[in-house]
Amino acid sequence: MSSTPATTTVLKSLNGAMHSMMEADERVLLIGEDLLDPYGGAFKVARGLSERFPERVLTTPISEAGFVGVAAGMAMRGMRPIVEIMFGDFLMLAADQLLNHISKYRWMYNDQVHVPMVIRAPMGARRGYGPTHSQSVEKHILGMPGLHVVAPSVLHDAGALLRAALLDDLSPVVFVENKLMYARRQLSAEGGRIGELYARSSSDRYPTTTVSWEPFDHADVTLVAYGGMVEIAMEAAETLFFDEELVVEVVAPSSLQPLDLQPVLDSLQRSGKLVVCEEGTAGAGFGAEVISRVSAEGFSLLKAAPKRVAARDYPIANTRSLEDMILPQVADLVRACR
Amino acid sequence: MSQPADRGDIANPRARFERDGRPLRTKLFEQMMLIRRFEERLLELFGEGELFGTTHCYIGQEADAVGVINHLQDGDIIFSNHRCHGHFLVYGDRPELLMAELMGRVTGVVGGRGGSQHICFENFYTNGIQGGFMPTVTGMALAEKMKGSGNIAVAFIGDGTLGQGVLYEALNMASLWSVPLLVVVENNRWAQSTPVERELAGDMVTRGRAFGIDAGEIDSTDAEALYGHFGEIIAKVRNEQRPHFEVIHTYRLCHHSKSDDMRPEDEIERFRKNEPLIGARAWLTDDEARAIEARVEARVEAAVRWSREQPFPTPRHLDERVARPAPMAFEASATDAGEDA
Ligand SMILES: Cc1ncc(C[n+]2csc(CCOP(=O)(O)OP(=O)(O)O)c2C)c(N)n1
Ligand SMILES: [Mg+2]
Repeated sequence: MSSTPATTTVLKSLNGAMHSMMEADERVLLIGEDLLDPYGGAFKVARGLSERFPERVLTTPISEAGFVGVAAGMAMRGMRPIVEIMFGDFLMLAADQLLNHISKYRWMYNDQVHVPMVIRAPMGARRGYGPTHSQSVEKHILGMPGLHVVAPSVLHDAGALLRAALLDDLSPVVFVENKLMYARRQLSAEGGRIGELYARSSSDRYPTTTVSWEPFDHADVTLVAYGGMVEIAMEAAETLFFDEELVVEVVAPSSLQPLDLQPVLDSLQRSGKLVVCEEGTAGAGFGAEVISRVSAEGFSLLKAAPKRVAARDYPIANTRSLEDMILPQVADLVRACR
Repeated sequence: MSQPADRGDIANPRARFERDGRPLRTKLFEQMMLIRRFEERLLELFGEGELFGTTHCYIGQEADAVGVINHLQDGDIIFSNHRCHGHFLVYGDRPELLMAELMGRVTGVVGGRGGSQHICFENFYTNGIQGGFMPTVTGMALAEKMKGSGNIAVAFIGDGTLGQGVLYEALNMASLWSVPLLVVVENNRWAQSTPVERELAGDMVTRGRAFGIDAGEIDSTDAEALYGHFGEIIAKVRNEQRPHFEVIHTYRLCHHSKSDDMRPEDEIERFRKNEPLIGARAWLTDDEARAIEARVEARVEAAVRWSREQPFPTPRHLDERVARPAPMAFEASATDAGEDA
């Protein structure tokens, strides 16, 4: 977590990681739509790569299932492909590739192959892109045996996570990015502090970072958030601390599948109260999974009924006013944590 | 994928085929006979309740597998489909591993995890989603090209699979990036219960050409003719490092899977006259043919016997793989006998 300076944006962190991996490792390549410079991908995360590594940046036809599958074939033959999905919503065009091919190959073929690849997918709304370019669809791919799902937040080093997903993890990984987060600065801890906040991280390949306004001696609420919701959760925690003297620990896992529940349980030891938030809709989602597992693995820690905060059950509207009504906001989290 | 250093010709059907010094026709007949008897035995075992689940036999199409796969060498890749027994038997020549897989044993090709629709053996793969593996095999061919290995990939699909959209995404990219991929369409004129006229608009071969891919077709069940035909095509794909799309017009003489054949009797009878094994048997003297049939019979029976003795997976095999057994001693002596014949 310390390699990237605190001033780096998520976009620069990801872009830098791809540059350094491609420079150091001939197996690494990038494949997806509209990647070539000067365009450099719809969100510019691929900028500069095709100029430096023209042979290893493959700009593709509009064929999400096709190029996700092509990358899998390359991974099975010794390459380390990174796939860029232009908008995360389009990931579902490759649903069959994920479900019936990529996630299954290793086990179904009796561990004779691996499919080490990363599929980067920018999710998230709040940019006025409307119903098919704003979703957070990752819940639809959670729980697929053989597929890992990783989601950086501002509390993580996105580039380091990308590197771990591509080079240290032999499983295929869907890497959930967040469009608004690209421009945000990564917050890295120094001496257990991020500014005024207290911070701690688990030491996994995909760490969970927990932050609090108190030095982890007491908490009122455990607020679990990932990806783009982490900043919103942190804002809610700040509001509640200064306006109402409530200590909300924000627990931010970077791996959604598999999910390390321990940091959540640790925080619940202090708070006894669980709120889980996500930017997608609630039904059969991440929050449902966390609450289910906490009920099974840490029921005695709960002093109150757990709560979920998520998008309302509508497509994401184009107009700002409707979009705001549909998406989970700071105020919703504040209310749920009280 | 890590492999033992000395693998011999385990993934090199061409070397094995060329090392067998018998006449071409004799070799082709024996390979086809092995496929035929293996599957007939399989269907019997299903009938007797010894096998469980389903299977898709290749009876009538054997000439395709021997015509294509005997040209593939070490490092070349095959991606096949649900109807893969023939492809596997020519590529791997390990009937006992396939039989054990179909019997669900831990020493089967993939330890009972996949069944015959989902196997992996060296550079041979299958999957049961029609057309879904086309991007994978395209990516494999692209990787081989980028590595400069000279290896090629071959995909086997059926006529019905021409309806699958992702196939065309793959063909487009295969052509754009000029990958060494041969797509073999085995047009057996039916997709499950649906005749080709009800599933396919337009023409098969022009589907390949539309992407700027060399494409052709051959209407034959003559193994020798197919062997010659694909020898040239495969050499071209390898040397020129670009894709090719070839349709074989053939016919399936068995059920789609098991007991699900409702095709018109007279149509089946018409095609039965062209079935590959009758023609191929006539290449040989009756004595030669009988000797081969006896050896194939013994091999299939040995595979059945061996498979029956193999253990079923236990809970630990959810996470643990059993090493692939060495080829059956029986097979070595069978091959020796073949060289004497
Ligand atoms: C995506 C998908 N849809 C449907 C099926 C069910 N199915 C299995 S085989 C088959 C027919 C395939 O026909 P064809 O491609 O002509 O191959 P053939 O069986 O004739 O060898 C169908 C519909 C499947 N396995 N995968
Ligand atoms: Mg067919």
